[in-house]
Amino acid sequence: MRTLTDRALNLAQVQGATYADIRVIQRFTQHIVVKNGIVESLSTDESQGFGVRVVVDGAWGFASSALVTPAEVDRITALAVQIARASALVKRRDVRLGLPMSHVGTYRTPVQIDPWNVSMEEKIDLLLKADEGLRATPGVKVATSELAFWREHKIFANSEGAFLEQEIIESGGGIEALAVDPERGEVQKRSYPNSFRRDQRTEGWEAILAMDLPGHAPRIGEEAVALLSADPCPSGVTTLILGATQLALQIHESCGHPIELDRVFGTEASYAGTSFLTPDKYGTFRYGSEIVNLTADATIPGGLGTFGWDDEGVPAQRIPIVRNGIFCGYLSSRETVEQLREIVGDAAPPFSGGAMRADGWNRIPLVRMTNVNLEPGEWEFDDLIADTDDGIYMELNRSWSIDDKRLNFQFGTEIAYEIKHGKMGRMLKNATYTGITPQFWASCDAICNRNHWRVWGTPNCGKGQPSQIAHTGHGAAPARFRNVRVGVMQQR
Amino acid sequence: MLGQERIHQISQPILARSTADQTEVVIRTFDRHLTRFANSSIHQNVAESDTEVRIRVVLFETAAGARVGTATTNDLSEEALFRTLENALTLARLQPPNPDFKSLPGPQPIPEANAFRSTTAGCTPERRAREVGIVCRLAGEAGVIASGAFTTAASELAVANSLGIFAYHPSTFAEINTVVMSDTSAGYASALALDVNDLDVESLGREAVEKCRRSQNPRSLDPGEYCVILEPYAVEDVVQMMAYTGFSALTVQEGRSFMVGRLGQQIVDPRVSIWDDGLDPTGLPTPFDFEGVPKQRVDLIEKGVARGVVYDSYRAGREEGKRSTGHAISAPFIFSPFPQNTFFAPGDATLEEMIQSTTRGLYVTRFHYTRVVEPRQVVITGMTRDGTFLIENGEIAYPVKNLRFTQSYLEALNHVAAIGRQPRLLLSDSDGLLSCSVPALKLEQFTFTGVTEF
Repeated sequence: MRTLTDRALNLAQVQGATYADIRVIQRFTQHIVVKNGIVESLSTDESQGFGVRVVVDGAWGFASSALVTPAEVDRITALAVQIARASALVKRRDVRLGLPMSHVGTYRTPVQIDPWNVSMEEKIDLLLKADEGLRATPGVKVATSELAFWREHKIFANSEGAFLEQEIIESGGGIEALAVDPERGEVQKRSYPNSFRRDQRTEGWEAILAMDLPGHAPRIGEEAVALLSADPCPSGVTTLILGATQLALQIHESCGHPIELDRVFGTEASYAGTSFLTPDKYGTFRYGSEIVNLTADATIPGGLGTFGWDDEGVPAQRIPIVRNGIFCGYLSSRETVEQLREIVGDAAPPFSGGAMRADGWNRIPLVRMTNVNLEPGEWEFDDLIADTDDGIYMELNRSWSIDDKRLNFQFGTEIAYEIKHGKMGRMLKNATYTGITPQFWASCDAICNRNHWRVWGTPNCGKGQPSQIAHTGHGAAPARFRNVRVGVMQQR
Repeated sequence: MLGQERIHQISQPILARSTADQTEVVIRTFDRHLTRFANSSIHQNVAESDTEVRIRVVLFETAAGARVGTATTNDLSEEALFRTLENALTLARLQPPNPDFKSLPGPQPIPEANAFRSTTAGCTPERRAREVGIVCRLAGEAGVIASGAFTTAASELAVANSLGIFAYHPSTFAEINTVVMSDTSAGYASALALDVNDLDVESLGREAVEKCRRSQNPRSLDPGEYCVILEPYAVEDVVQMMAYTGFSALTVQEGRSFMVGRLGQQIVDPRVSIWDDGLDPTGLPTPFDFEGVPKQRVDLIEKGVARGVVYDSYRAGREEGKRSTGHAISAPFIFSPFPQNTFFAPGDATLEEMIQSTTRGLYVTRFHYTRVVEPRQVVITGMTRDGTFLIENGEIAYPVKNLRFTQSYLEALNHVAAIGRQPRLLLSDSDGLLSCSVPALKLEQFTFTGVTEF
C-alpha cells in the first residue's frame, strides 16, 4: 500500500502541490433490523477507495475513486491538482497549515469480543428475544430492534512524512416500541438505550451484551403504551432535570456544533450555519454557570468519537472547551487553528486539536466532534430529585431543532415525569423545552457525579456538502436547570 | 459512468451464478463534482467516482415465507461480486422466514425518460469556479460575502433481476445554492436543472444579494400567530415533511401517518393538490424505482382530499390487491417506499399580490432545522432563516430577527389564502434522488413560539 500512497504524494508534488495527503479506506458494515417478529433487513456493505487532497497555488483540491489501482491513483491525483488550480481562481487567502504533522504508527480499537466473530444466528436471536419483550404489552403497534456493526481500516499518508494505519470498530444496538391510539390518532414512542434506533460505541460485542436489550424490552413496551394515557406536559417556566441521554444531545447541539472552528469561520454558512461562539468570546465569554465544565476528548475508551489520529494525521487529544463556565476551547483543524492564531495570537493552541474527520474515502475531512462531554459533578441522582421541590424530569430525545448560530433551541423528549416535593410523580407525554444556549447553561445548578456519567454515542451527525455522517460521543450525567420554559406544544 | 453494456456484463453473471430462487442486482454509479465556497472564496472543491452494486437474494424454501438477504460492494472485480453474492445468500439462509415478502417484481414496460445532459456530465472545475466567481463578484460589489455550493453530477441506475427485469437510466443534475451574508443579515437562493446551461447563476446571485441587502438590521418581533407568505424554499420543507410523516404505505401501515383512515376525506384546503410523478420532464425524471418497477403518477392529495400513498413491492404485498407504484428506494428499504418527485399544484397569485393583500404578516424565505414534534398532525418545529420580514398594510415593513415556529403543517394547509403561480424545482437531497416542484404559499395562520437573537 505504501507504494500506492507514495505514488500519489510524489505525483502531486511533481505537479505543483505544496501539500498532499491520501487516505485509503476499506469499510465493512453489518446491519440487522427486526420489526414485529420479522427480520426486515439483514445486510452487509463493503466500500473501498481512496481520496487525494492537495494544496496547489494556495488552494484546496480533492478527488476520489473506488478503483484502487496505480493508473487510477495517477488519474485522481492529477484531477485533484486540476481542481485545486480551479479553486485558486476564486480565493482570498492562501491555505496555511502550520506545523507539519509527520507521525507514524498504528491504532486499533480495543475490543473484548470482535463482533465479526459473533454468529449471525446469535445476533438475530438476541433481537428476536427483544422483539418479543417489546410486544408483550398489548397496544404496541410496531416493535423495532436493531444491531449495527462497523469496521473501518484506514491508511493515511501525507507529504510531510506521516504514515498511519488505523482500524476502528464500532458496535451499536437499540430497541423501540411504537404505540398507537387509533381512536385519538395518537402515536407515542419509547426507545432504549438511546433514541433514533441505537446507542453505539467503539467497543465489540461486549457493548451489546451490556445493553441487555431483551431485559429492558418489556419495560419499554409498557411505557410506550402508558404514554398514550399519560397527561400532557404542562406549559410554563419551571425547574428541569435532564436525563443523561437527553443531556448528551443537548451538549451535541448547543455546545458541540458551535465550537467547530470551521463553522465559526463561516465555511459551513450556506448549509448548517455559523456559530455564536466567535473568536472575540474566546477565553472570556461566560457560556455556563461555575459548575459547567466541558471537554472534547478523543481518547476516552469506548467513546464513539475515539481514535488514534484524526484524518489530518493529528493525534487524538483531550481539550478543555468550557472551564468553570468560561468558554476556552474550540474543535479545530490544522488550517482553522492557524486562522484563529491570526486573531487571538498565542492564546490559540500551538497546533490542531485533532478534530478533522471524514465520512469515508470519498469525502474530505471536516471539523467534527470527537467526544464532547459535560464533566461529572457531585450529586447522587436520588439526592438531586429529593432536593427539587417542583419541576419536571425529561429523558430521551424525540425531536431536536436549533437555529443556525446555535442559540435558540427546542427539544422534545419521549418521556417525562413530574417532580413534586422531592419525589418523582406522574408520567407526562409530549414534553418539550426551549431556551437560548448560554442562558440555559447559566441556569445549570447541579450535575450528577461519575456514578451516573457515561459516554453516549451519536451515530447520525450530519454536516457538510456533499453530506457526511459523523459518529460522535457525549459524556453526560443527569443535570438540573432552573427557570426553563417547558410545554411549548401546549402553548400553541 | 459505466454504460448500459458494461452494467449488463456486471449484472448477468451474478444472476446466472446465483442459487437463490430470486435474485436482484441494483447498480448505481456516481460521478459527482462539488465546488463549495465561503467568505467569497472556494474552500472545498471535490470530485467523487463510485459504483455501488447491491445484491438481494430471496429463498422460498419453506411455506412459512421468504428469506431475504442483501449485500453491497463497490469492488467490481468478479471475485468481489461473487463474494458479495455469497454473503447475501449466507445472510438469507440465516433468516427466519418472512411471511410478508411475496416476490421480487416481474418485468413491465419501462417508459422513456431523458434525464441525461452531456453538458452537465462534462462540466469542468474551471467552469464551476467561473460561475461561483459570478456570485462572489456580485456579493463583493454589494459589500457582503457569499457562500454556497455548486454541484454537477452524472449517475446511472440499473436494476436487473432473475424474473427478467433489466432497466437502465442515466441522469444528470446541476444545482447551485448560495447564502449571502452581511454582519446583520443573510439572503438565500438556489436553483436546480438537468442541464447546467439552464442555471441562471447571475440571476440567482442577484436574488440572494438583494435579499441580504433588504434584511439588514432586523428588529425583534414577539412570537405569536401570524399570517405568513412562504417562498418556495420554505414550501419545499412543508411537502417533504408531509412525505416523510405520511405519504408512504410504510407510515400508513405502521399507524404513524396523518393519512390513516382518511383516504377520500377532505384533509386540507381544496386548492391544495400534491402528487408524485417520476416521468414529468419538468422535474428530475426517473422512469423506474430501485426494484425496476415503472414509476406511476400517484395523487397524494387532490383538491384537498387524501387520495393515496406510494408503495414498493414489499409494502404492496402486505395489502390485498395492491401493486407497487414504483417508489422503492435503495434497499435495505428501512424508509422505503418514498415519493421522490413531488409536485405541488401552482395557483394564480404573484408574490406581489400576496404581499399587497396582507394587512399584517410575516414573509419567510426559508425554514431551517425542522423536526417532527408530533407525526399524526405533522406538528413541526423549526426556525426561519436568510430573510424574514414583517408585512404591514400590503408592504414589506422591515426585516425581523429569526423566529421559531411550532406548527401543524396539516392545519396550516387548511388556512390557505393564496398559492403562487410560479413553481420552482428544488433539490431535497444531495444525491439527486429527491426533488420537489413547489410554488409560494400564503397561509392565514402560522404559530411562532420563540425568537432568536439575530
